[in-house]
Amino acid sequence: MPLLETRDLGITFGGLRAVGDFNIKIEEQELMGLIGPNGAGKTTVFNLLTGVYLPTEGVINLDGENIVGKKPYEIVQKGISRTFQNIRLFKDLSVIDNVKMAFHHKMKYSTIAGILRLPSYWKEEKEIHEKSLELLKLFNMDHLAYTTAKNLPYGQQRKLEIARALAANPKLLLLDEPAAGMNPNETKELMETIHFIRDKFKIAILLIEHDMGLVMGICEKIVVIDYGMIIATGTPEEIKKNKKVIGAYLGE
Amino acid sequence: MSRMDKKLKSYSINIGAILVIYILLTLLMKFGIINSYYEVIVISIGINIIMATSLNLATGYLGQLALGHAGFMAVGAYVSAICTSHMNLPDTLQLIVSILVGGIVAGLFGILVGIPALRLKGDYLAIITLAFGEIIRVIILNLNITGGARGLKGIPLLTSFNSVYWITIIIVAIIYTLIHSRHGRAIISIREDEIAAESVGIPTTYYKNFAFSLAAFFAGIGGGLYAHYYTVLDPGSFDFMRSIEILIIVVLGGMGSLTGSIVAAIVLTILPQLLMDFADWRMLIYSIILVIMMLFRPEGLFGKKEFSLITLLKGKQHAFNPTPNSHGRSE
Ligand SMILES: Nc1ncnc2c1ncn2[C@@H]1O[C@H](COP(=O)(O)OP(=O)(O)OP(=O)(O)O)[C@@H](O)[C@H]1O
Ligand SMILES: [Mg+2]
Repeated sequence: MPLLETRDLGITFGGLRAVGDFNIKIEEQELMGLIGPNGAGKTTVFNLLTGVYLPTEGVINLDGENIVGKKPYEIVQKGISRTFQNIRLFKDLSVIDNVKMAFHHKMKYSTIAGILRLPSYWKEEKEIHEKSLELLKLFNMDHLAYTTAKNLPYGQQRKLEIARALAANPKLLLLDEPAAGMNPNETKELMETIHFIRDKFKIAILLIEHDMGLVMGICEKIVVIDYGMIIATGTPEEIKKNKKVIGAYLGE
Repeated sequence: MSRMDKKLKSYSINIGAILVIYILLTLLMKFGIINSYYEVIVISIGINIIMATSLNLATGYLGQLALGHAGFMAVGAYVSAICTSHMNLPDTLQLIVSILVGGIVAGLFGILVGIPALRLKGDYLAIITLAFGEIIRVIILNLNITGGARGLKGIPLLTSFNSVYWITIIIVAIIYTLIHSRHGRAIISIREDEIAAESVGIPTTYYKNFAFSLAAFFAGIGGGLYAHYYTVLDPGSFDFMRSIEILIIVVLGGMGSLTGSIVAAIVLTILPQLLMDFADWRMLIYSIILVIMMLFRPEGLFGKKEFSLITLLKGKQHAFNPTPNSHGRSE
């Protein structure tokens, strides 16, 4: 059974069918690319998978369970977390507090235990504090733990958003143009990071990216969409040679 | 010094300060240095601190502009007064039971207002809470049990300096520890970015309603203390202007700073007394202070920071420790 499977997934915004007949299968620990021209519907696919939009058609199965209609926070708890095309950090909070937020649903102490600072509060807060630092260390950001998020350089903000998404302990990580706005060096480092994440956390990753080099370089499988429809699926080699893809990108 | 030692030290300093202030105020009252006229001010300060810190929970930490806080105060005041008139317990117990009932009913109204209003994004909450405050006032004016426009008289005097002092301390402490727990972080995440909060697994609707109704609950308790101190209630004292006065305290002290709310509550309770002769000008003076604040310190006196005794005692230059940014480091 694939980790994630969509069947005839689609959404229509007042007459505009932004995504339609969307069928993909993502296996565990697979690294898949989702590409397509501007406005093709890539981000909309992410919003459907994460429950931000309610699909008007189709089914999304995660581990065999249909998650259509679940709220975004429930879907995170079931194992899909994401980053955003326009970074969405908790800007005025510290780097480490950004990460701690994503541990929220894994923590158990009650409101009363928190207010009265019962032993469970101290124990779990300490655990989460250490786990957050550990995670930041993986990204070489532990020395920035108490920096306010908005004061980080752009590339670090992208990295922090990925770290935060990982803190939610996903089985499937969705990255929306993680290399956007990065220079070639940062992009190269990011490619390595993404590979590293997949191997270290043993999770599947679905990646939207404009940078063809990045997608072709690290993805095992690529899905191409145009006008909300899948026009090709295959390995990077197959995609490179695909006539429809060349057409969509060169606008023939 | 280990983190645990630091925490213990910080706890003991805070508890010490709370006791010292308590003993000091008690002695000053005993020897008549704080006479009954000043005692009114001290008690008003306590009630205003409760009102401001609870509104700060909804507006400063949760980030939802609420314009009807006086409405919840009114609910708490009238419900607790009516509760007292139907019961006959020993004084202190009666006060506690009555203000809790008042607070719970106010909290239920908070849920009632919050569930529809907090669903919507944007400034709907401001409009709906504003309407709520006015509706409550009109309802109170037209009911028999509340005494209508004549007001409610003959409420037993049960609120004392002691009760106000300790209840204020308890409420501020609850809000403080809540804010510094995972639940408080969840509340703050909504202020920061609601969509991002959902995307990391935080049930935002639940926490919005939770924080908002808890704020209403505390406002209800503030109202209960008020009712049993002034012993007469008049619907006019819980109008829109009262809500705005509480909001001004929060804005002046800093949205997201409890110590800011406390300092601002003290200043803005004493100031009007000093300016008695200019009573008609009070709102004008407030407005001018606000405009000046917006120009020079839009984040409020304290911003989102807390004033910390332990850092001050250590003689560091910055007696402010950022919260909640520095979780675990500065506690
Ligand atoms: N909430 C919405 N309401 C109406 N139309 C929408 C909505 N969200 C997306 N769309 C439309 O759906 C289409 C796909 O948008 P989407 O953002 O998914 O594209 P994309 O592939 O991510 O593009 P880009 O590469 O520019 O990020 C666009 O035509 C967009 O205008
Ligand atoms: Mg997009």
